[in-house]
Amino acid sequence: MQPVPGASLAPLGGLARYLAIYGAFWRYSLVREMGFKLNFILWILVELLWFGLQLSFMAVIYSHTDHIASWSRWQVVFLVGANHFIQQLFTALFLSNCLKLSENIRSGGLDFLLLMPVNARFLVSLRHVDFGAFFNAASAVVVMVYAGMQLHLAPSVAQYAGFALLLLVGLSVHYSVMYALACTGFWTVRAEGILWGYYNLFQLARLPADAFQGLFRAVFTFVVPVLLVSNVPVKLIIDKLGSPLEMLWLVLISAVMFTLSEWFWRASIRHYASASS
Amino acid sequence: MGKYGYAISLGIQSTLVYRVNFVVRALFGLVPLLALILLWRAIHEGQANPDIGGYSQSEVITYYLIVNVVVALTAVTEDDWQIAADIRDGRISQFLLKPIDYLRYRLCLFAAGRIVYTAAAVIPTAVFLWSQRENLVAPASGLHFGVFAASVVLTGLLQFFVSFTMALLAFWVLEVATFIFILFAFEYVAGGHLFPLDMLPSWLQAVLHLTPFPYMLYFPVSVYLGRVQGALLWQGLLVQGCWVAATYLLARAVWSRGLRRYSAVGG
Repeated sequence: MQPVPGASLAPLGGLARYLAIYGAFWRYSLVREMGFKLNFILWILVELLWFGLQLSFMAVIYSHTDHIASWSRWQVVFLVGANHFIQQLFTALFLSNCLKLSENIRSGGLDFLLLMPVNARFLVSLRHVDFGAFFNAASAVVVMVYAGMQLHLAPSVAQYAGFALLLLVGLSVHYSVMYALACTGFWTVRAEGILWGYYNLFQLARLPADAFQGLFRAVFTFVVPVLLVSNVPVKLIIDKLGSPLEMLWLVLISAVMFTLSEWFWRASIRHYASASS
Repeated sequence: MGKYGYAISLGIQSTLVYRVNFVVRALFGLVPLLALILLWRAIHEGQANPDIGGYSQSEVITYYLIVNVVVALTAVTEDDWQIAADIRDGRISQFLLKPIDYLRYRLCLFAAGRIVYTAAAVIPTAVFLWSQRENLVAPASGLHFGVFAASVVLTGLLQFFVSFTMALLAFWVLEVATFIFILFAFEYVAGGHLFPLDMLPSWLQAVLHLTPFPYMLYFPVSVYLGRVQGALLWQGLLVQGCWVAATYLLARAVWSRGLRRYSAVGG
């Protein structure tokens, strides 16, 4: 069996070195983005507009009813905000990297990354940072704070910490799934369709999971757990958790998803036979 | 087969290359639709009143189903990007030299793309509609269905002319994607994609009806559901026809102004 390139070359430890490299990615991405300032601002506006649309959808529904399943208006607004926060963080850190992977496979540009004396997955996943999305993540925080005030929330320190942690766990679920899907680019020519398809599923995550039943809920809880990603952290902070097992399940599934994506990445890269040579 | 007939067959052949992509897109597109349907069902189940915002459960579900059918039949998917790229990369020069009209040529490609997409999506969509048959309301009457069909054609034309005009911005700016996305966002809500427009406060509806957006999706769907009656049917169809004519003339005007600026990069 051939050794996995990149993975075998990566030195153990060296956290400081990786942080330094990551800092360089940030600087480089920032310089690039500032080269297209108008575009940068317009994209922030586009995303703000979409966020407004999601909220307007809920406003229209709640102008005709006062609850969806057991969720009140401001609870749902909080959920939409939390989901937008996760989605924007995902966009900032991972989205363009996942999309670029299949492009790099096609063009053979991946060879260049594999030859670097750094963990290849680290390079592939984190090289580009989309700064505009941080602004939009901030807009999501504003909405969450406002909704929290309307709900008269007074969470404990443990709830705050758990909420923040679970948001990151949710983010990692999205990342693992998307990364595994991007790896299908090693086997088929165009993976972008599948990637955008999954990105579409993000919009499920902003709906209260309790509104769904049966097969649909089972599939999107256990197989593709998008219904957990935003719901569980929000339920923790608004005191809506049925049982602490829900949190445990989210943590567990994120670990499983990450392991699966790592396994699939290694299998894919072993299968990879460069494009140009 | 005339030259535009060849354009259509060319369009069909080149989109057939992406048939798997189409099926994947159609399948993934059904998931959010299913989620919306289940969401509305949950909303209705929690209410004593069978009508929410003037829609019964079956009506609101049918609304979303028909919205998706109309979108599949009329939405512009790749055409605007391709037109913008043709302009940016100087590929439209060849059309200026040949006795072929670029707008008509692109309209043929658009029609071909819709035909292939419809063919690819027809089976998953039919299965899906069948699975929702309990909540699928039939068209209000034969007349309504006829007007609906005519209106869908006008919707397709309106969608195309608007997208074509937006793509022509590429004569003036390098990156048209953001402008297209901003317009798309407005259309998404003001066209009735997200929720039926008559759930909005009436003053807002009145404002929206002064814009072309309701005629880019909402109008045919509301005709199907029989929410437009009598003389208003014909009046709506007429207004929609006027918007088609107006956007067509706008597309022509922008095209000829754009050509004056055009410098044929690279060729």
